[in-house]
Amino acid sequence: MATHAAAGHHADHHDDHDHKPQGFWDRWVFTTNHKDIGTLYLVFAFIMFCIGGAMSGVIRAELMTPGLQFVDPGFFNQMTTVHALVMIFGGVMPAFVGLANWMIPLQIGAPDMALPRMNNWSFWIMPFAFTVLLCTLFLPGGAPAGGWTLYPPLSLQGGSSVAFAIFAIHMMGISSIMGAINIIATILNMRAPGMDLLKMPLFVWTWLITAFLLIAVMPVLAGAVTMLLTDKFFGTSFFNAAGGGDPVMFQHIFWFFGHPEVYIMILPAFGVVSEIIPTFARKPLFGYQAMVYATASIAFLSFIVWAHHMFTVGMPLGGELFFMYATMMIAVPTGVKVFNWVSTMWKGSMTFETPMLWAIGFVILFTIGGFSGLMLAIVPADFQYHDTYFVVAHFHYVLVTGALFSIIAAVYYWWPKWTGRMYSEKWGKFHFWWTIVFVNLLFFPQHFLGLAGMPRRIPDYNVAFADWNLISSIGAFGMLCTPVFMFLILWHSKKHGAAATQQVWEGAHGLEWTVPSPAPHHTFTEPPVIRAQDLAHGDPTH
Amino acid sequence: MSAVNRRWQKKGWLIAGGFFVFGFALVPLYEIACEHVLGIKLDQGAVDAEAAAAMAVDESRLVTVQFLANTKSKLPWVFSAEKVSMQVHPGQLTEAWFDATNVSERDIVGNAVPSVAPNSASLYFNKTECFCFTEQLLKAGESKRMPVRFVVDPRLPKDISTLTLAYTFLENDVATKKLAESNQAAAPAS
Repeated sequence: MATHAAAGHHADHHDDHDHKPQGFWDRWVFTTNHKDIGTLYLVFAFIMFCIGGAMSGVIRAELMTPGLQFVDPGFFNQMTTVHALVMIFGGVMPAFVGLANWMIPLQIGAPDMALPRMNNWSFWIMPFAFTVLLCTLFLPGGAPAGGWTLYPPLSLQGGSSVAFAIFAIHMMGISSIMGAINIIATILNMRAPGMDLLKMPLFVWTWLITAFLLIAVMPVLAGAVTMLLTDKFFGTSFFNAAGGGDPVMFQHIFWFFGHPEVYIMILPAFGVVSEIIPTFARKPLFGYQAMVYATASIAFLSFIVWAHHMFTVGMPLGGELFFMYATMMIAVPTGVKVFNWVSTMWKGSMTFETPMLWAIGFVILFTIGGFSGLMLAIVPADFQYHDTYFVVAHFHYVLVTGALFSIIAAVYYWWPKWTGRMYSEKWGKFHFWWTIVFVNLLFFPQHFLGLAGMPRRIPDYNVAFADWNLISSIGAFGMLCTPVFMFLILWHSKKHGAAATQQVWEGAHGLEWTVPSPAPHHTFTEPPVIRAQDLAHGDPTH
Repeated sequence: MSAVNRRWQKKGWLIAGGFFVFGFALVPLYEIACEHVLGIKLDQGAVDAEAAAAMAVDESRLVTVQFLANTKSKLPWVFSAEKVSMQVHPGQLTEAWFDATNVSERDIVGNAVPSVAPNSASLYFNKTECFCFTEQLLKAGESKRMPVRFVVDPRLPKDISTLTLAYTFLENDVATKKLAESNQAAAPAS
């Protein structure tokens, strides 16, 4: 708090009642304000979603018809690799960190994040990390093309671009770890008096658990890519079979990171949806504590299921069975969550504003992704599905219609609080229905392609797969319009939107709705007095 | 409050640093897990020849041992097993021979990586001598006959009647490069 007060007084006062620093440099580059850093993260994530989306456009254009049309196979492989890295580390993760920066202090009654200077640093590393990663596209030999999972020996057979990718991964890893430490310190130490742990909004809870996952697994990824680096450039043999290493071991270490990473990208989404559904169902969240415990169990289980990504490497039967059953066990807490969201809606006086539409879309489509995940968890079935488009369909259902839908839902839900202006309901709904049509056109046929045996990561394919690929590509081209819609809707709202009230949504509860809209530059400089009726879960017996 | 925040920061970095170390600790942990939990022998070193000789030969049982010889596509060697399979009694010390020829015009150092299938049998397959224990140098055009001496542990589970011993030769880039450098250094002197 001392840091925060000092920062406030350093800034030029002028006649700005908000005490905002003036000028681009002071306001954005040197900022330590959680709202400004949250905005920076969200803008950065939006740009990355557009870049990654453009790459998926290249991929789907090439796959629209059999044969090689637009790009050579090497560039196609670069596209699939960099698309994934950009979307995961540049899009989904920073978007959730941005939401955390904006909303966690507002939701727990804190004046700012616990470590504001580190917060600034953790954001400003990101643009540099992605400049390093994306510049490889323009280097001789091109970007990394061995898949985002960087399996050796393939990933080490390219040019020096792998060194750039590894350096970029180190940087984004450090950024994520700093962001996570900040979130943990904020939640555990900065809550307003009376904001008990079991009164916190679920978004805060899911982020607390996600932050612990982040500081546990990002360093493991850093270790794995460091070993890749030394194998390639310094003559070690961690994964080099000729030197006594084991390439399969990389897959184990990578997925020890990679599976919790999946939940890093979805737990905050669960939190967002658990905020939105009660608001528009006008009922408290059903089974609040069950939701908290389910989140914690998913986080724990995420550490013991990693090898289900590699059932076909030749593990012993005992290993396959363990990872199969452990994976299936995750369906239990996830099922609890879906059940609770549906029960929250049950007999609620529901209205279907744009954020609610996205949240309901999330519940239905994420569940489809969850079910295809269960199919993939079955070892004998996975031998057939492994590395086919069925896997691609599965993880795009959980990441696009899961994580991304919740991010869009969160933006529509909290946008009036951020800007003080409402967006156009008509166009927001248009955005939703357009996306629902095209996202399913894009990804649902990929289930059929995968079951028919179409392998992933290939630029050309058997003509037998032509029809569904064409439909999938039409869906992709429809999806490419959606960031434009969203940008225009939000731009129009910022310029011409109707003024938002303090509570914004009739059924909204929580501390963030007790501050004016737009939220002033500094909020809760005095800790708020917590009243049960202000909170979404004010009564802990719920 | 800020002192507590800094304490949390310190704890956070400690946890993160601990997990960075843990990432590297997974390398030995992987071997331990394979050997002691899942029963796959990764350590391909020699077993003690005396201990192997002291094993009781189980005359009542015959196990088929098949041999596979592969090279990684980049290695210009021709590599084959002299016999495709053998029938051995568990406990009996047996010798098998492999042939390798370097068909390229440069000297190459290769390493053979062994693998035993099914993997549940790997614990019971013991080698007392093998060309895979050391680097193999084949000069340009050179051929070599290489032995492996092995004994199948009589405790091999009864349901396993066939074992496959597969070798894959890979080029040892580092050793080959060193060799080329020392050859070059030697050439002007002579």
